[in-house]
Amino acid sequence: MTDAGYNAIMAQRAEITRASVGLDYAQYTTGVLAFDYERLLADTGYDINTTRTVQASTAVGNTPLVELHNVTELVRRVARPGYGARIFVKDEAANPSGSFKDRRASLSVHEAKRRGYPGVAAATSGNYGAAVASQAAKAGLRCIIVQEAFDGRGIAQPEIAEKTRACEAYGAEVIRLSVGPELFYVFLCVLKETGYFNASLYTPYSILGIETLGYEVAVQTTERTGRVPDVVIATHAGGGNVTGTARGLRKAGATNAAVVAASVDLSGLHMASDHDFNRKSFTTGHTGFSMPFTTWPDRADVPRNAARPLRYMDGFVTLTQGEVFYMTQVLAELEGMERGPAGNTSLAAAFAIAQDLHAEQIVVVQETEHTGAGKHPLAQLNFARQMGIEVRRGDPRDSRPGHSIVIPEHPSQIAVTDIDLDEVRRLYLQRAVASLPDGTSVSDVDLQFLAADTRTSPSYVRKVTDEFRGKTG
Amino acid sequence: MAELIATGQWVEIHRIVLPVGERASQIPNDTRRVPLEMRVKGFLVAPAALGTDAEIITRAGRRLRGILAAVNPAYAHTFGAPLPELSVIGDEVRALLRARGRVR
Repeated sequence: MTDAGYNAIMAQRAEITRASVGLDYAQYTTGVLAFDYERLLADTGYDINTTRTVQASTAVGNTPLVELHNVTELVRRVARPGYGARIFVKDEAANPSGSFKDRRASLSVHEAKRRGYPGVAAATSGNYGAAVASQAAKAGLRCIIVQEAFDGRGIAQPEIAEKTRACEAYGAEVIRLSVGPELFYVFLCVLKETGYFNASLYTPYSILGIETLGYEVAVQTTERTGRVPDVVIATHAGGGNVTGTARGLRKAGATNAAVVAASVDLSGLHMASDHDFNRKSFTTGHTGFSMPFTTWPDRADVPRNAARPLRYMDGFVTLTQGEVFYMTQVLAELEGMERGPAGNTSLAAAFAIAQDLHAEQIVVVQETEHTGAGKHPLAQLNFARQMGIEVRRGDPRDSRPGHSIVIPEHPSQIAVTDIDLDEVRRLYLQRAVASLPDGTSVSDVDLQFLAADTRTSPSYVRKVTDEFRGKTG
Repeated sequence: MAELIATGQWVEIHRIVLPVGERASQIPNDTRRVPLEMRVKGFLVAPAALGTDAEIITRAGRRLRGILAAVNPAYAHTFGAPLPELSVIGDEVRALLRARGRVR
């Protein structure tokens, strides 16, 4: 790798990104803040059927929808009489690399191959790296994955260590870095040197690849039960899962299914802190990603993020780490399914939410992921103890991220904390106002865009942005 | 003289990407106090001793230089010991399912 100097490379960010994604985002600009989101996605040419065909060619998607009879029965034991919705889970662990991320990787790698790129690269410490490496292996493309993997003492997060192993098993080069946002600089160096395709998590390809998941959830649930899901719960980090799933549900006609985003609460832990890095027992699906990406999606490694979760979420809830570990054990012992933390975050949310729904209603947890050494609760909790974190049974409300993990003593202790979406929308709009270049103002086109992006109305956006401009001006 | 590792061995190199003092301005203080480090594995291009400069060819076919840090490094992550906090949960919830009526 050529050490081109931090500032020199960062100054070339726009041209490196354009070359590596093969998309000219500027042509979609319609206002000071606004861009044509739907045209950006549509211009890729991947409608649902095309995406399904591409994914079927590498055995991605079409995963089983599994009814969790025993978990549902447990919900009904703690719910009011007549309550306790049926819980289903989409077993995405059945994808080739063990998670729904294969759907996201498939279109990117297909596109890289089609356009003649010599390889693909992705900046990711999670399942997505294994998915890109797996798809690249099938396509015969070279692959480089850049991970944030270890802290300043050289200690690797176990879950990320397992992803290193998986990526290397698929024949990828893995660049492991210590903690810090300058990972993006290393990633840009790699893209510039290799000319590889940037299989970013936030391109249109990555989001369109998830639409098939929402689509299958709607179709399979209707086939099995005669009704569309009442609630679909998606584990939420960068926003792609919520966005793609909701879009797919709509394309299948399930417009009334409520989409709930669920994240593990890691409030108080800083995402760029070397000290905090190994005190997080979840490496994704947590508020450290979901809050910043919901309130400002365009913080991504591409100019316009195709994951825009505020457009699609009907609810946003958090769980504690201990509740997710508890549900992981329950899923294994009551349903015979040993699965990883990502889907089980949504499962813990489903356990709480189903208690407030009638028994004939349906909740779908839209993913599972594989588990194994490093990802497993035993690995994470043993590691947490080594890092000085208290692990005990008790009331999960008493836990404190980075200091204690409290595993429930009874299923009735599992509860979701609702995040006030109006507050999230206001944070988004505050950031939008702050990003306005000097001398510019919000046009009607921008108002329409911000209203769509926050799922509100132009008059609401006008009211809130006027408040912020009044304060700052 | 230190033992030379043979050409073609699967090894890991280590390099400082950004030393302390050259890190990005927006990062927390604890992160600023440590360098940005990189570790990459590949096949050794020419004999080299641990702790000395070495060149590798990665699985993507790139040639990279760094300090030779490990030879055929193990995947050390594991499950660890069973935890009593988890191993009793199955029996607890099965007992709740056997109980009659609401158990809240």
